[in-house]
Amino acid sequence: MTGWPELEAFLRTDPRDVGCDQALRILDVYVDLVLSDTAEAAARRYPGVAAHLLACGPCAEDYDGLLAAAGRAGDDDT
Amino acid sequence: MPGVSGERELDAESACWVEDLRSSGPARELALARLHALLLRVARSELRRREGRHPVVGPELDDLAHQAADDALVAVMAKVGRFRGESRFTTWAYKFAVLEVSAKLGRHFWQRPAVTLEAGQWDQLPDRLGLRPDELAEHAELLAALRRAVAEDLTDRQRHVFTAIVVDGVPLDALVVQLGSSRNAIYKTMFDARRKLRAALAANGYLAAPADGPADLDWVRRSS
Repeated sequence: MTGWPELEAFLRTDPRDVGCDQALRILDVYVDLVLSDTAEAAARRYPGVAAHLLACGPCAEDYDGLLAAAGRAGDDDT
Repeated sequence: MPGVSGERELDAESACWVEDLRSSGPARELALARLHALLLRVARSELRRREGRHPVVGPELDDLAHQAADDALVAVMAKVGRFRGESRFTTWAYKFAVLEVSAKLGRHFWQRPAVTLEAGQWDQLPDRLGLRPDELAEHAELLAALRRAVAEDLTDRQRHVFTAIVVDGVPLDALVVQLGSSRNAIYKTMFDARRKLRAALAANGYLAAPADGPADLDWVRRSS
């Protein structure tokens, strides 16, 4: 251990990580699963997407945004 | 990946959206107007949600929201024939608005007059990677080894991408615009660079042997 956990976390890679293209391709499916079940259930079903969202800031930002938008969907019909 | 390729029966609301958008006449026009209003709301909310992490405010923010909604609507209409109902239609459509917001903020980064990047701001790196000033001396040797590994072990492309994102703090989506690349390609370059750097530091005894595992890169969220 280096005593610099942020650097160690930054350099750690997850072989399950599917990358941005695959994660974004099913982001809507993933988000609906989170909303209809749980985040844990979505991560179990799509571990490669979950791994990617932990490591990729821009995709995580899109996930957070889509989760917020889809979670409001019932309020949007105005 | 499981369960994303099969066609399934659409839920009633999604089926209604698809039917109306693929029809002609007043039903289509009405659906287009409703969908645009929803996409605009999502784009505005998304830009507000990201406030503080981008410099867009006031009328410019609303302009950007309109551009994102307009382009998202075009994307939805181009792909609605391929919508298979793996998610709700609205979630699927909102994704385009969120992605358009990200892409437009990436382009906007380079349009700001205040952008004066000094290439290779290595003194910023410890802070970007969560090191406090009082920890600098303790990790000076590791920091020097990291810098040496960046110089000696990465390819030119990896070094350029690493330096821009990690050292200079350029948002990944902005670098995509600058390099005419894709988010996936830049991410893959960074992924490979991270693996190489870890291996180099491990080989020199600074880190434990490379072990793949979950990472949580909050610093990327802060900088993008």
